[in-house]
Amino acid sequence: MAKRTYEVIFIVDPEAADEEVMRLSEGVQKIITSQGGSIVKTEMMGKRQLAYEIKHKKDGTYVLLEVEGSGGEIAEVERRMRVNDQILRYMTVRVDEARRRAQKLKDRRARKAAKQPSNGKAKRAAAVDFEADEDDQANRSEA
Amino acid sequence: MSTNYEERDLGFEREYDRTMPRGPRRMQRRKICRFCIEKVDLIDFKDVKLLQSYIPERGKILPRRISGVCAAHQRMLAEAIKRARNIALLPYAAD
Repeated sequence: MAKRTYEVIFIVDPEAADEEVMRLSEGVQKIITSQGGSIVKTEMMGKRQLAYEIKHKKDGTYVLLEVEGSGGEIAEVERRMRVNDQILRYMTVRVDEARRRAQKLKDRRARKAAKQPSNGKAKRAAAVDFEADEDDQANRSEA
Repeated sequence: MSTNYEERDLGFEREYDRTMPRGPRRMQRRKICRFCIEKVDLIDFKDVKLLQSYIPERGKILPRRISGVCAAHQRMLAEAIKRARNIALLPYAAD
């Protein structure tokens, strides 16, 4: 099965200590690796204010993981997070497709730019010429 | 019979009212998509600062008729805002 890339983001109870957050994050990573996935990146986004209350909490500690795998490990991780009271909320977003699309757009733009590199320059040159003409005319009228 | 007259008058007024704001609105400069200029291919839901500039007071998604964002980028933007809302980075509703 083709490799897929996911971003797993979850919010931990603000009262949990840093070590506890680390422990949770490591636990999640262990589940993923044991299921055959791999961790690309981990990021502790730190404590920040929630836009709305979740379980009567106003803040939360955000943890972001970038995971590569088949999708099965995501299901397992989500199942575990659902029953964990310390995790206020979690969300998984598949990012490989969107990234591929972005790369395609970028490539297309690069190709377009390579195809007609003179276009922008020609326009600018024309504009300069026009200004020069105006200057000439102004000079002539003064003379 | 007289009611007929009134109806016609109303119709005229409505049409008149509709055309009134159209005049000056057409004079407004055409807005250009900011994301196209900056060549943005991907809008990240974690980029709260950027998304915040597209949600007014009330917390709604700014329509593109106001912001001037192109259709493709508005789609990406809406998706990102909805994801950010889900994970409490942005409010669903605010006042």
